[in-house]
Amino acid sequence: MNLKTILTGATLALGVAVSAQANEVVKAGFIYVGVPGDGGWTYEHDQSRQAVEAYFGDEVETTYVESVPEGPDAERVMTQMALTGVDIIFTTSFGYMEATNNVAAKFPNVKFEHATGFMRNTPNVSTYSARFYEGRAVIGTIAGRMTKSNKIGYIGSFPIPEVIRGINSSYLSAKKVNPDVEMKVVWVYTWFDPAKEADAAQALIDDGVDVILQHTDSTAPLAKAADAGGVIGFGQASDMAAYAPAPRVSSIIDNWAPYYIQRVQDVMDGTWESTDTWDGISTGMVKIGDITDAVPADVKAEAMDLIAQMKAGTFSPFTGPINKQDGSVWLADGEVADDGTLAGMNFYVEGIVGDIPN
Amino acid sequence: MDLSSIDLVTLVAALMVASTPILLAAIGELVVEKSGVLNLGVEGMMITGAITGFMGAVATGSPVFGFLFAALSGAGMAFLFGFLTQYLLSNQVATGLALTLFGLGLSSMLGQGYQGVRPPSTPRLDIPVLSDIPVLGQMFFSHDLMVYLSLVLIVLVWALLKFTRAGLILRAVGESHDAAHALGFKVVRIRMLAIMFGGACAGLGGAYLSLVRVPQWADGMTAGAGWIALAIVVFASWKPVWILVGAYLFGGMTVLQLKLQVANIPVPVEYLSMAPFVITILVMVVVSALRGPGFVGAPAALTKVFHASN
Repeated sequence: MNLKTILTGATLALGVAVSAQANEVVKAGFIYVGVPGDGGWTYEHDQSRQAVEAYFGDEVETTYVESVPEGPDAERVMTQMALTGVDIIFTTSFGYMEATNNVAAKFPNVKFEHATGFMRNTPNVSTYSARFYEGRAVIGTIAGRMTKSNKIGYIGSFPIPEVIRGINSSYLSAKKVNPDVEMKVVWVYTWFDPAKEADAAQALIDDGVDVILQHTDSTAPLAKAADAGGVIGFGQASDMAAYAPAPRVSSIIDNWAPYYIQRVQDVMDGTWESTDTWDGISTGMVKIGDITDAVPADVKAEAMDLIAQMKAGTFSPFTGPINKQDGSVWLADGEVADDGTLAGMNFYVEGIVGDIPN
Repeated sequence: MDLSSIDLVTLVAALMVASTPILLAAIGELVVEKSGVLNLGVEGMMITGAITGFMGAVATGSPVFGFLFAALSGAGMAFLFGFLTQYLLSNQVATGLALTLFGLGLSSMLGQGYQGVRPPSTPRLDIPVLSDIPVLGQMFFSHDLMVYLSLVLIVLVWALLKFTRAGLILRAVGESHDAAHALGFKVVRIRMLAIMFGGACAGLGGAYLSLVRVPQWADGMTAGAGWIALAIVVFASWKPVWILVGAYLFGGMTVLQLKLQVANIPVPVEYLSMAPFVITILVMVVVSALRGPGFVGAPAALTKVFHASN
């Protein structure tokens, strides 16, 4: 027996000892794209992480790393986290897709949960997302009813299917209740940069927009709307209630807690499997925040009715007839979009002006 | 391409607001560098100013106090830097970087509980008569106090450096601290004052972000503005008026690309985002080519350590 085999044996024994210990307490790691204090996207993930801790108590240990850039650095952070003996890692941004799958291939015993992605290359990767577009339909309806200038602004982060879906959904719903409505889209190429989001909101307001929808994570656009006066907006990812009753007249809230608790439970029970979850209003993963009194009662009732229909599963925002931007038919009358097309959506619907950047 | 749909009035008005934070930070850093010190901690001082200004304004309900707190805390951070580099003779580059990291962490800690809080709004100060001029009035004379103050600062710094004895001494210290010392000037004391002035300006710039431009507090909200301010000092070849050009050019590009998108003009966003940086490099190349080889434009004693025993 040479030194190498002895060392290998020792390492193996150590490895067994470590994993035996890890079985007692499940360790869950979280990778955040922003900071828990953003008041939006990362805030809700962190709230749900705390919900996991509160639910399991001493049986679970959670850790997180904040402000992890989307790119090669994410791979380093995930690898480091996996090396510390974490059982399950939640990577909470679309841009972590490749990194998550690369690291998952190297650590077959660690479970990976990637938010809003679609790539599951190895059996230890799951993806999960929420049908935010259902919420967008509700706020799109309110936006269409509330706008006086008939100009709705939309602050987009990155031109990815997730964001494009939200733009299309809110536009279709706004158009349905207000045929004269026009949608102005501005791309800021960031998920979180309050100064940039504020500038984008200002540019839209200068152009006569009086309802601002946002797919970025900070409350800066709401702050700008409050400053301008006569402009309304919606909480994004989180309730952003500090700006209620106006300019924040409602919100789309992400509620990840039930999903996170379920997945950690699965790891404890040994029943964890690679899955693709896409839940919406019906399961409560997407919630609509309180609609304030700044919204007229009949508009509020209309929005509540829409929520009820989606809860019951009798309505989808993407129900035909819908044409694509170039005028070609996408969905025939009564046809409902399939998840595959929705997941890869890379086109505007008819009526939206402008091109999607590459 | 239909550029007429872009409203020049709101473009210029938005540009002035977007540029003010970097303008303030850059003019402060210019004075610091003119005295022969490089403080890379601008980002850290800015973000500290952003949170302390925000806290001050929320606590007192007055934005003026907020800006005052921000200037004081920025100067306080700068004092730390000055003490380490001027008295303990630590390396300026390393200390500056450390100050940035310290500021980011400190502001994040102080900012706990301030997310989502609404600050008191900073009133716009319409200059009488002038703000009533059509077009020009809304463009230039309907801003808040800090926008005017930043412009006044540029003029003051320019006049101070060019026409006054104090400016001459500051430049002498920055060009050759040994010569200045031999003439009997207190090199360290002068540099400390310049460093603290720079810190106060950076603090004001940060507070302008959190109290006017955004206006709210968020972790890491300066998002690199301090580094851009440092780059603009180089772009300006250490000349106050060019600081104004650089900052407004940068702010202008930022605002213009958003306006172009709103107006549906298909200019690739990437080029516009890149433009300020490309222009900075071009200007530096042109400037050094015009002035002949060996010209840098930087104060000769920049980053050099001074000790009276030398």
